Amino acid sequence: MKQFLSFVRKEFLHVLRDRKTLFILFGMPVVQILIFGFALTNEVKNSTIVVVDNAKDLSSQAIITRIEASRYFQIEKNLVGSKELEAAFRTGEIKMAIVFPAGFAESLQHQNTAQIQVIADASDPNTATTLTNYVSSIIRDYQTEMNVTNQLPYRIQPELRMLYNPQLKGAPNFVPGVMSLVLMLVCVMMTAISIVKEKENGTMEILLVSPFKPIMVVLAKALPYLLLSIINVITILLLSVFVLDLPIVGSILLLFGESILFIITCLTLGIFISVKTDSQQTAMLISLVGMLLPTLLFSGFLFPIENMPLPLQVFSNIVPAKWYYLMVKSIMIKGLGFSYIWKETLILVGITLFLLLISLKSFKIRLA
Amino acid sequence: MEQVIVCNGLTKRFGDFTAVDSITFEVNKGEIFGFLGANGAGKTTAMRMLCGLSTPSSGKATIAGFDVYKQTEQIKKNIGYMSQKFSLYDDLTVQENITFFAGIYGISDAEIKKNGDDLLLRLGMQDQAKKMVSSLPLGWKQKLAFSTAVIHKPKIVFLDEPTGGVDPVTRRQFWELIYEAADNGITIFVTTHYMDEAEYCKRVSIMVDGKVAALDTPSNLKEQFGANTMDEVFYHLAREAKRGE
Amino acid sequence: MRILKFLLVKEFKQIFRNKAILVVIMVMPVIQLIILPLATNFEVKNIALAVVDNDHSDYSRALISKITSSGYFRLSGYCNSYNEALVLVEQDKSDLILQIPPHFESVLLRENSERLFIAVNAINGVKAGLGSGYINEIIQQYNQQLRSKLQVPGKFNLGPTIQIQSSNWYNPNLNYQLFMVPGIMALLVTIVGGFLSALNIVKEKEAGTIEQINVSPVKKYHFVLGKLIPFWILGNVVFTLGLLVAFCIYGIVPLGSLITLYTFVMVYLLAILGFGLLISTFCDTQQQAMLIMFFFIMIFILMGGLFTSIDSMPDWAKMAAKFNPVSYFIAVMRMVIIKGSGLYDIRGHLLTVLGFAIVLNAGAIVNYRKTF
Repeated sequence: MKQFLSFVRKEFLHVLRDRKTLFILFGMPVVQILIFGFALTNEVKNSTIVVVDNAKDLSSQAIITRIEASRYFQIEKNLVGSKELEAAFRTGEIKMAIVFPAGFAESLQHQNTAQIQVIADASDPNTATTLTNYVSSIIRDYQTEMNVTNQLPYRIQPELRMLYNPQLKGAPNFVPGVMSLVLMLVCVMMTAISIVKEKENGTMEILLVSPFKPIMVVLAKALPYLLLSIINVITILLLSVFVLDLPIVGSILLLFGESILFIITCLTLGIFISVKTDSQQTAMLISLVGMLLPTLLFSGFLFPIENMPLPLQVFSNIVPAKWYYLMVKSIMIKGLGFSYIWKETLILVGITLFLLLISLKSFKIRLA
Repeated sequence: MEQVIVCNGLTKRFGDFTAVDSITFEVNKGEIFGFLGANGAGKTTAMRMLCGLSTPSSGKATIAGFDVYKQTEQIKKNIGYMSQKFSLYDDLTVQENITFFAGIYGISDAEIKKNGDDLLLRLGMQDQAKKMVSSLPLGWKQKLAFSTAVIHKPKIVFLDEPTGGVDPVTRRQFWELIYEAADNGITIFVTTHYMDEAEYCKRVSIMVDGKVAALDTPSNLKEQFGANTMDEVFYHLAREAKRGE
Repeated sequence: MRILKFLLVKEFKQIFRNKAILVVIMVMPVIQLIILPLATNFEVKNIALAVVDNDHSDYSRALISKITSSGYFRLSGYCNSYNEALVLVEQDKSDLILQIPPHFESVLLRENSERLFIAVNAINGVKAGLGSGYINEIIQQYNQQLRSKLQVPGKFNLGPTIQIQSSNWYNPNLNYQLFMVPGIMALLVTIVGGFLSALNIVKEKEAGTIEQINVSPVKKYHFVLGKLIPFWILGNVVFTLGLLVAFCIYGIVPLGSLITLYTFVMVYLLAILGFGLLISTFCDTQQQAMLIMFFFIMIFILMGGLFTSIDSMPDWAKMAAKFNPVSYFIAVMRMVIIKGSGLYDIRGHLLTVLGFAIVLNAGAIVNYRKTF
């Protein structure tokens, strides 16, 4: 036991000495949380649009004023011809053009109908759809107000309620995602590389011929990263509660328990990779392409899994981060208890045991 | 006698640590000059300054007549260098390494071909020309590294512990290469840990704690310290060192 | 010049002998461009809808069938109460709840107006926004149909109506892949160029060969150019592969000229390679270089407008995006490929990136000198 402790001490020193790496490992979650929390938003706002007002009458002015007042739009100078319009779209200056025909108000009054042309830059389809929806609803509001005296019959009025995240903030979606990403990075990649490095340098053999059990060697290597990860989890949670105003609705204890389970899963993954590879570069490549990318893609925090083709959906089930992400979301944001997430917990435990088993097996073969 | 290395009060400080403390010596043309010292005595730092790899904090030095502050580029054209860390490209063949290192010294294609063939012949490595350097035994790699370090016929070649980890027979062969180069008028500046190698040198200097503690021919040094071997001389001086590794 | 030739020959030999690099260069574009656009599909469809129909009338059934046949929604549960539906949302089996109150049909007919309740799981903001937008639109349409069916002419004055003619330029079918693929190509070139160049000089440091170069007459700019040019060529190869894959799999043909595209890519590669070289002059080990590069590339990509629009970011983030070469590249790729913008349209972007290239490479050369 004393031997083991001195070994662990050595591993801690290794990790703590490399300041640049340490700085990145602690800085990464902070920067990610800040970017996701403050910079990235799925809301579409401040879009620069152009209004071509060929009418210049009361009605068109009234609508333009309303659009101007909306925080979704920023109206650019009046462009007139269609040539200028196209050029503005091509340089990416504007996202949308609203064209009022000449005699807009007159047509509205006398013929009871008038047209507005709304042209969206659909190279970004979602933004185009969203902006078109915004403009439509502003125009529709104006129309309703005009008609306030004679109400339409048979009105169905939908009442909308946004659950969990009424302001449509990005954070509730991103925080659990960042947690799984960071843990994956620290535990899988760093653990794998640090063990493989020892192999490359040949120091692994020295350790293996010592009276020390090989499994202890690996455990001692994993321990500093376990601690680093726990600190990272705490940092992320503190930041999300105090900086992003995202409270933990469910049980903190449960959240911690599941996080430690996921950290252990990741550490086993890291050990598994290190057992199977011989060079740092290969270990890096496998962790990066084989672990981080799938975490980013298939945990569901950036991209909806249900939109993916079936083979990818099936594949997402073997990505551990997906299950962790689901659990964190359930506990932190929806405030659900263990009875809702026992299945996910079980799956993670299963993956961990499986990985542990095969790494131990190949470890023994190597020694034999 | 032409002096190719002239060093006067050369000093290098890192913060408040003085790695090399005002060293002064001269090396003659065609001489084999041994540069000894315990680990951390400042040998490598001194050598890096002489090669133009690091700028001195104070003092003066000229290499082949060029100033170490202002004329580092001219110095580099006139020296060869081989470090303790093996420094050929592992993923290139023997021939490719020779061509590359000759090429970056601006040697003409015809000369590269001629010098390269000579080199392979001298080392008896004609059959290995197309082999990856990574597949060669360490001793061969080191001989090859030395030969490529002098392929452009420099005035001086700096060798930083060139024979570390090599068996005695190969070391012997290595020193034959060194003598051959010296006979051709190349000045050899070599650091080493092996005291028997120090005996091969014309003169040796011994550095202790950043200073040159002794400088003379091996036989004079032995006499001066009343010692039978260079080992004893070295031990006598290094014992007083305050700096550990 | 002669020295540069020898450096280049050496560099190319090393690259072509390194299987890992070749695999990365050849396989990455194909895999990324096949998997990523499929996986990063933000097109919101198949929204899981839980319905609580307390009315069970013809109207409520007609409304539900109109919604489910729209293609945007998929009925995931037919529940008896709101709470039952909420459980489905909690289990992530439903995204949206539509609750139809009892006597919906009769109240609507009798009182001319009736409410519907919609609850959306808003953890994912995009999905919630678009999903509620779609369902509102469908309800409006249904309402309109109903009205014209029930309308007794002359009984009500409909009042003036404004018709909105919306058109979607450049991508009339709102094809999401057309939007993503150019962005992913930008990602690809950035990752390959950035990582390869960052790891390369550090590798020579680890191997000790850099010392041997440093004592030779090879000038700093020779050395940096010797590293820059091979990866610059590789970057162009990767980009070309990306264009081919985009054409073969997605049928995407750039609307703008290839000359415009390549001009920009060539300048951009100088910038990103310069960045990689700059990082590598700071690092001592490959592990460090990789981690630091990963850190920056992650920030560049997240803040580069690939997934979320830069316009919507707060002012400080917009300022930061101005210093992010990746954001210019993503924007230009989309402009040229989708909208057919020409050199004149992207001149601002081009000059800015040229500025980055000069500053970063100068930084790499100066900083490389410092390591002496």
